[in-house]
Amino acid sequence: MQISFTLNGRPTTVEVEPATLVAELLREQLHLTGTHIGCDTSQCGACVVHLNGLPVKSCTLLAPALDGATLLTIEGLQGAPGSNQMHPMQEAFREHHGLQCGFCTPGMLMTAVALATEKPDLTEADVRHGLEGNICRCTGYQNIVVSVMAGAAAMNAAKGE
Amino acid sequence: MGNVIGIGASPKRKEDQRFLTGRGNYVSDIKRPGMTAGVFVRSPHGHAVLRGIDKSAALASPGVIAVLTGEDAAADKLGSLPCGWGISDANGVPMKEPPFPMLAQGKVRFVGDMVAFVVAETPEQANEAAELLKVDYEVLPSVVGVLEAVRPGAPQLFDDVPNNICCDWELGDKAAVETAFRKAAHVAKLSLVNNRLIGNPMEPRAAIAEYEPGTDRFTLWTTSQFPHVVRFLMGALVLNIPQHKLRVVAPDVGGGFGVKQFHYGEEAVITWAAKRVMRPIKWVASRSEGYVSDRHGRDHVTEAELALDETGKFLAFRVNTLANMGGYLSTFGPNIPTNLYAPLLGGVYTTPAIYCNVKVVFTNTVPVDAYRGAGRPEATFVLERMVDVAASEMGIDRVEIRRRNMIPKEAYPYQTPVLVQYDSGDPMGCLDGALIAADVKNFGIRKAASASKGKFRGLGYSTYVEACGLAPSRFAGRLGARGGLYESATVRVHPTGQVTVMIGTHNHGQGHETTFAQIVSEKLGVSFEDVDIVYGDTDRVQFGMGTYGSRSLVVGGAALSKATDKVIVKGKKIAAHLLEASEVDIQFEAGKFSVAGTDRIKTFEEIAGAAYVPHNYPLEVLEPGLEEQAYYDPVNFTYPGGCHIAEVEVDPETGTVTLVNYTAVDDVGTVINPMIVEGQLHGGIVQGVGQALFENAVYDESSGQLLSGSLMDYCMPRADHMPMMKVSTHSTLCTHTPMGVKGCGEVGTIGSPAAVINAVVDALSHLGVTHVDMPATPNRIWRLLQNASLPVAAE
Repeated sequence: MQISFTLNGRPTTVEVEPATLVAELLREQLHLTGTHIGCDTSQCGACVVHLNGLPVKSCTLLAPALDGATLLTIEGLQGAPGSNQMHPMQEAFREHHGLQCGFCTPGMLMTAVALATEKPDLTEADVRHGLEGNICRCTGYQNIVVSVMAGAAAMNAAKGE
Repeated sequence: MGNVIGIGASPKRKEDQRFLTGRGNYVSDIKRPGMTAGVFVRSPHGHAVLRGIDKSAALASPGVIAVLTGEDAAADKLGSLPCGWGISDANGVPMKEPPFPMLAQGKVRFVGDMVAFVVAETPEQANEAAELLKVDYEVLPSVVGVLEAVRPGAPQLFDDVPNNICCDWELGDKAAVETAFRKAAHVAKLSLVNNRLIGNPMEPRAAIAEYEPGTDRFTLWTTSQFPHVVRFLMGALVLNIPQHKLRVVAPDVGGGFGVKQFHYGEEAVITWAAKRVMRPIKWVASRSEGYVSDRHGRDHVTEAELALDETGKFLAFRVNTLANMGGYLSTFGPNIPTNLYAPLLGGVYTTPAIYCNVKVVFTNTVPVDAYRGAGRPEATFVLERMVDVAASEMGIDRVEIRRRNMIPKEAYPYQTPVLVQYDSGDPMGCLDGALIAADVKNFGIRKAASASKGKFRGLGYSTYVEACGLAPSRFAGRLGARGGLYESATVRVHPTGQVTVMIGTHNHGQGHETTFAQIVSEKLGVSFEDVDIVYGDTDRVQFGMGTYGSRSLVVGGAALSKATDKVIVKGKKIAAHLLEASEVDIQFEAGKFSVAGTDRIKTFEEIAGAAYVPHNYPLEVLEPGLEEQAYYDPVNFTYPGGCHIAEVEVDPETGTVTLVNYTAVDDVGTVINPMIVEGQLHGGIVQGVGQALFENAVYDESSGQLLSGSLMDYCMPRADHMPMMKVSTHSTLCTHTPMGVKGCGEVGTIGSPAAVINAVVDALSHLGVTHVDMPATPNRIWRLLQNASLPVAAE
């Protein structure tokens, strides 16, 4: 079947098998491999993307659900294609060493941006609770929490400008 | 001279740009033209005779290209998966080493054992065909626990391995220990279990194999911590592919923790199959598949006894351990609970006599091998729990008994009674630092505050020392290593002065691209941005043993340091020629070659350029080019150590243990990049906390089914399980590594389980609790409290 949606700001039309998962569609058909698959039980959160502005696990979402929707993946977080300007949350993760092997990072970033968007005055407890659906095995979460708080503050500051 | 960023600085990581923007290049991201999909059919039984496999329905399924089994592998005369270590018993009798076929032959020995490989046009078609494969099993009784496996009448995994014992291994002076026990004023005893763990790097294992008939070359992309070792083990020992015809690439790898430092059967099968089907094949493990095929870790059952004099001085330590090897010997398997365990039982103490017996046991479970810390967390756990038990029984303060037995700083180098000689350390300094950082003196106030809320608060200490920087080859060889454990680095200076380093370690989260660039930037005076680190490709990197055992900076960094020194030596020859001076008069400092006592200088860039434009070189004494290589084999292990203090709060209503404070003071030697070291400590600590409080691989005893086979059943630490940790370093310098480094990758995982469990026991000690096995789950604690509370209430 054919579906049309907005992908990282661009109108996109693709032919998909109805049983295709969004994570598969992104990775296999659209060659956007930044969205990762780390489990088969919707636990790890490496595949989080934004569907109509809300964070979802793309490994548990069927592609037909995208029809008419707006999808943002890690590849679109930076802004305009070709732009070297990183999102404040990406900058914060780099600044505070919020990543090691990088595999959980795209999902962490997408969840973090959604958390900061939803609640601008995030506390440490909010962040820790908000990251419950994202597993990281490398960092022990400490620098991720620090990064998300800093990234949220930077997003707020940018909004105020 | 550009932007030199050297040792001790914390530049932001070079690797981050690609990971932050979704442009990493993991194996599962790679696509090859004409690529097919491979799926493994795995045993659903813990133990069964493989009576036959009927391929016909699977082969007839749409899109299927091949179905391969152990019989096909046997027909092609392929080798079995090699074990890299051979250990022996006290009489020198070698361990039992049954073959580990890459696809099962005759029998399956664990749930997840591979019985067939299906190749099809798409993953869906391969999965559908795999469902159609008819495997005729004669199911046998399984045995999954070590205690059960060595009992008379237990199911036998191999005909020629009586009682399932692979090796009855020992270390230490048994007679001296017995004498000391006879003289002891007090003997403390402890039985414990070191729980089985599953490493769970976030990237599941994956592989792509391709054969090019035009050049007769194979390429294997694999999620590996040591591609050169895979090339050797698989090419030379399993598939008979000449080394120069086999390229192994480990690109970005999403975490390892040991799980990816073995040569797996999947790698051999897919490479063999790629030539048979003459097309590239891709296999990506699901998480569930990882649970039943990634090598597991730990799984010990131990009885320990500590002999003390009347003042609490340790006289002797005796440890008997049964260690689970699973169904076959994995790459490092038998080395972990023996050579990486018993030599650390001295810890940071002066215990003069130690004896350890380890029975290495086969069971119907996934093969067990190294997982972050590998042997050393197990040793630390036994010892540090034992010290707490002894302190409690003798009525000596837990910190005081540690002080009375610690090796003083000035006693280093210190020869232990169990092989290893510690070169440097300051355990007392780490302990003192941790006591202050953890605010131990005000613990009583916090405990009272918890009590007022109806909660039990506890404080737990753990000191530790580990042997890492694996490994001095001569030493490892005596212990049974079948290979060397050196490392190599090539420093290639380009004509424009930029530098590419080829190194045999593998970066999968540790930040090598940054740390190694800092070493080169400092030593050569070149810009940090002008140094690139290449690893993970046997066609690009000369050789290497990979990354594990906290060895990358210690051994690889030393090779890099040596190679960089050689570049400076060569640069001086070139400078001497250009500056018309004697080579001995050339000095190199801060990126400039100069003639001593003069203002005649050449920059590093000028020398690099001249190296490739040898118009008037004295060619008989000076070769063109500026590229040097070094191999480094360490003379000793390195011995990081430290003190960890955990503080927990137990809710007696639910049995929930909450980790409320965590403090670590670690001695990791010279710190190259403090930001990265801190990150390694954080991650390591949380993995140890995971073992202490959450993680447990559980098998059903009769069927051999893995009950904790998904992220829903196996509890991984999450962000809200942890408080903000306080980590810092109290370093003494390693005396034998070029930069004084000791390694930091495993320290967190080694120190933390004992600290957390000691805290839990402390919190419950007023109820008569003397030991808690890991993981200290709410269920386990609640049951303990139900049993404990009655007699206490009656008092």
